Amino acid sequence: MKQENTILENKNFRPLDLKKKMRPGESVIQSLLFISGVLSVFITVAIVYELGKEALLFFNNPDVTLAKFFGTTRWQPGIGLFGIWPLVTSTLITSAIAIFVSLPLGLAASLFLSEYASPKARSALKPILEILAGIPTVVYGYFALLFMTPLLQKIFGEGVQVYNMASAGIVMGIMILPLISSMSEDALSAVPRVLREGAYAMGATKFETSLQVVLPAALSGIGAALIIGISRAVGETMIVAIAAGAGPNFTFDPFKAAETMTGHIARISGGDLSYNTIDYTSLFAVALMLFLVTLVLNLISQTIINRFRQRYE
Amino acid sequence: MNPNHDHYPEGETLRQSLKKRYRSASLWQAIFFSALVIAMISLAALLYNVIDGAFGYVAFEYKNDPAEFTAKPLDDLNKQELLDILKANLSSGAYTKLDNEKLMKKRSKSVLYTLVLERLIQIDTKQNWSMTDSILHSSGIKTEVSEKYPKAKLEFRSWLTPVFLTTPMSSKAEFAGVRTAILGSLWMVGIAILFALPIGTGAAIYLQEYAIKNFLSRVIQTNINNLAGVPSIVYGMLGLAIFVRAFEPFTSGSMFGITDSNGRTILSAGLTMGVLVLPLIIINAQEAIKAVPDSLRQAAYGVGATRWQTIWHHVLPNALPGILTGSILAVSRAIGETAPLIVVGASTFISLDPDGPFSKFTALPIQIYQWTTRAQSEFHSIAASAIIVLLVLLLTLNATAVLIRNRVQRKY
Repeated sequence: MKQENTILENKNFRPLDLKKKMRPGESVIQSLLFISGVLSVFITVAIVYELGKEALLFFNNPDVTLAKFFGTTRWQPGIGLFGIWPLVTSTLITSAIAIFVSLPLGLAASLFLSEYASPKARSALKPILEILAGIPTVVYGYFALLFMTPLLQKIFGEGVQVYNMASAGIVMGIMILPLISSMSEDALSAVPRVLREGAYAMGATKFETSLQVVLPAALSGIGAALIIGISRAVGETMIVAIAAGAGPNFTFDPFKAAETMTGHIARISGGDLSYNTIDYTSLFAVALMLFLVTLVLNLISQTIINRFRQRYE
Repeated sequence: MNPNHDHYPEGETLRQSLKKRYRSASLWQAIFFSALVIAMISLAALLYNVIDGAFGYVAFEYKNDPAEFTAKPLDDLNKQELLDILKANLSSGAYTKLDNEKLMKKRSKSVLYTLVLERLIQIDTKQNWSMTDSILHSSGIKTEVSEKYPKAKLEFRSWLTPVFLTTPMSSKAEFAGVRTAILGSLWMVGIAILFALPIGTGAAIYLQEYAIKNFLSRVIQTNINNLAGVPSIVYGMLGLAIFVRAFEPFTSGSMFGITDSNGRTILSAGLTMGVLVLPLIIINAQEAIKAVPDSLRQAAYGVGATRWQTIWHHVLPNALPGILTGSILAVSRAIGETAPLIVVGASTFISLDPDGPFSKFTALPIQIYQWTTRAQSEFHSIAASAIIVLLVLLLTLNATAVLIRNRVQRKY
């Protein structure tokens, strides 16, 4: 008590300044970093704004009606045909084939890698998938046109056209396989060990444990992988631009040529495209649809992953 | 397993059912493994298909007889003689044009030799075969050629040669090269990284070190994850609308007094690609920064460092290998990406080297796309060669990334 008083009474005593010191340099740096962070939001805004603006111009064209857009089946904006369906169906068909190939394969591969493979085997097998994931899509396009199509023609005969949705879809499935397998593997290895040990203690075989205990527990994560896979297949461009066909075609026959949404954008914009034409604005309408579809799919997948992560943490 | 059983199997039944269960278990293990085998076969088929296309027999004819130009065999000519042949037989306009592109005297002998073949003698490729056909049906091909094209020469050719790497684009497959395409790709990737690396690292630092967990930072994070999943062709449309069209005065260089081009330049493509790889770089940099242990930061704060000093002197140096690996992966993504370049308008026929950010350009994947979609099979062969170049480039990049990761990886 006495000591404190003496300090306070001492006239030379100045208490420490505990206020935060102003550092203008640091504030500048911090705001620059903040701007870089926010820039990514601007990119999204710019995508929505630019695509939306041109798409609006397209739909404001007196010739374009929603009834024509969704009600007819021929797409040739240059001569006044605005039925979006041929592009949509071929996108759906190629994506469906891709998922049909990549989901079972990817799931089986991830089950083997996470449940069966020894660490040594895993480190030997995983690079194969990583190399597949790193190959540029234009190379897959070459592969689809010059390997898969001749192969299909050999197996199914003359009914297979030179450009066809089946070969593009199958090769797209091979391309998506590593994505599905690595995401599913993450989901499978996040399943706690105790669940497996419990199953083994009950006398279950490894296969019974994997299929009846681990797989159901990881189902949400695998669902997320599936949705991301669909989104990737819908947005994939080069394989379908090279191998699926160069012209909108309303058909459900996978061995026929038909242009997808992405392939259409690539072909039209690769030619001489002048601004402010119906061709130009129609591409943005297609791109906007593509963006919205993939955005919704990605959001769903992320929500699933976030939920699922919380459950086991 | 079936809860409806009122008693568990015993004795022989138990043995039988166990046997069955084990058999199905090993069967399924084989099925799961076969998925990886299929992946392996696909990869092998893809690589084989590419290599198969890049080598093989070619049957070709000379349109003009070499004897019209020189008495000696072509291969024995020296540089001066080749130069004289070109001077004597090319029209003076064509010769001056070539001279203006690059002084004829400074060109190497092999370049002049190619010019003589391309401009004067003119090769006409009749047919070409894949490597497998060439090896397995060698004699069949030889008789076929002698029957169908009696005047043609047959030659086993590697389409991928040093000359292929160093010659510019040409409308004839035999003389086309990837020089301009490689240079275009490098320019474009350089611009993309210059744009995306500082901004991406900055954003990652902000999100990991500064941002308080609130609504805004959650929005930014979700948004970055979503941007990573946007189809690349949508980025191409964004680049077309913003960089090519809206920023045309800047990207065409007319702001800086360059008037001979429109907005479809290397700069536009580089910026578009930069925007495309930005989320990738941010996510990788975030992971790298996250991996720096908190004890380092606290030690820095403990001795009185400010936040930025801590980041600059301790967090960033430790996160650098991770950030570097991430940006190399971003580079390899950008090199292989094709769709946005088509939309932004990489020109397909460019025979001059790009000389700056405002020149028109072509890129390696664009060349592959163009050549693959041509009908003539000799273009497929040069597409295959270009694919090999691209894959070797990517392999080198990724190997570097792995090396850096293994070398500098620190364990805490």
